[in-house]
Amino acid sequence: MSGYFREVYDGCKSLLVGLGITFRYMIQPVVTLQYPRQAVKMAPRYRGHIDLIPDAEAESGNKCIACGMCQRNCPSGCITLKSEKPEGAKKKVLTGYRLDFTKCSLCGLCVESCPTNALDFSKEYNLAGLQAENFVFDLLKRCEERRR
Amino acid sequence: MSELPEIFRVLAFVGGIMALVGLNAAFSVWLERKVAGHIQRRIGPKEVGPFGIFQSLADGIKLMSKQLVVPAKADPVLYRLAPALTMITAVMVFVVIPFGPALVARDINIGLLLIFAIASVNVLALLMGGWGSNNKYAVISATRAVSQNVAYEVPMLITVVTMVMIAGSMNLNTIVGQQQNLLQWYIFPWNGSLLLPVSFLIFFVCAMAETNRAPFDLGEAESELVAGFHTEYGGMGFGLFFLGEYGHVFVGCALASILFLGGWQCPFGWLPGIHWLLLKTYLLVFVVMWVRWTYPRTTLYGLLNLSWKVLVPFSLAILVLTAAMLKVF
Ligand code: SF4
Ligand code: SF4
Repeated sequence: MSGYFREVYDGCKSLLVGLGITFRYMIQPVVTLQYPRQAVKMAPRYRGHIDLIPDAEAESGNKCIACGMCQRNCPSGCITLKSEKPEGAKKKVLTGYRLDFTKCSLCGLCVESCPTNALDFSKEYNLAGLQAENFVFDLLKRCEERRR
Repeated sequence: MSELPEIFRVLAFVGGIMALVGLNAAFSVWLERKVAGHIQRRIGPKEVGPFGIFQSLADGIKLMSKQLVVPAKADPVLYRLAPALTMITAVMVFVVIPFGPALVARDINIGLLLIFAIASVNVLALLMGGWGSNNKYAVISATRAVSQNVAYEVPMLITVVTMVMIAGSMNLNTIVGQQQNLLQWYIFPWNGSLLLPVSFLIFFVCAMAETNRAPFDLGEAESELVAGFHTEYGGMGFGLFFLGEYGHVFVGCALASILFLGGWQCPFGWLPGIHWLLLKTYLLVFVVMWVRWTYPRTTLYGLLNLSWKVLVPFSLAILVLTAAMLKVF
């Protein structure tokens, strides 16, 4: 009999403890963000698609020397470079950097292999599109835009 | 309002009660979402209107614009009648609830009895809906709802009998009239029986179980039975079940505040009136929601055990104790 009352008492008590916990949670500040209006800062090692780093010092606006290492190293063949050697110039100049993100596995080999550290991962995660073409990026243009 | 011709009085009350049931459901849905949100440390609705207050209105419009699909082989009569019946019972019990000294649609001397007579028809609506929709989950859910209602009706009625013995009346307005200030509320042990707070607890738990609210929502256990008895209902059929459910929650809480917390009386004797009843009721409604978002659903055995092994013996003991105390003092 005393076991019965004990059980009822313990039951009621544990229920009250539970209510107390949820009440404390209720009056604490909310932890969620209102997504389209607010967003969390991406972690520093987040891997979005790759990006040419804008460089203010370089004449071309980025550090790329058009060596083609990234293109050769990419296991999925996402990168297509265009470069030309203007009359009288000593070095090649990058004229187009096309990334086909639909095939990219974000392995990072391009970033690793770049001799001049011209590439990094962007923090871009709001990617949605209706066609595969929406995920083909012109990184040179993006770099120009970011520099401005 | 008594000087108005009877027909206007009736129309005014019908309109008022319908509006109250609708507004109550809209407000309760919003409150429920806000409470659920904040307990989970989210914000809850915030886009539609200030603080998302019009969210339920938007939901209502969505529900009304949906097509009503009657499943093949569903019982044509029962299937259509069930949502209307829960709504009817929810609206009818409002007839005897005293919102203020003179603000009661029908001040009859067996008001309390009438509420229980009508409210228990609600379970018939659930049974009809579950049976009529030709869906096995709905039938399982309906039988569960019935066994649950039968189990909880018993301790609830015993508690109510205790209250009637103390108050000496079944007229709700008389019962409220006896609790003029905080010290005379029937929740306190010096007003008739030492175990009155326990009575209140039993009544409240039973009211929660009768309205199929979590943690007693075995009738619509989403994880097991899809949506329970309203699995096959869409659009406004579902909407009516919802309106009815929140109507019953309101009535349960209003009744608890009338029986134990002084109804429309002010705890300190200022300005008695409808606002006090609404305040107390919505405080209890808040507690119901708080409980819902705190506890997981019980099992069917747990639920029936709680009723037959704990609530019934306790309420019977209180009944006997109260009878003895009333006789002696
Ligand atoms: S991350 Fe890997 S797959 Fe993507 S472009 Fe660079 S090398 Fe290619
Ligand atoms: S590896 Fe670096 S420097 Fe070479 S082409 Fe690619 S981005 Fe340019």
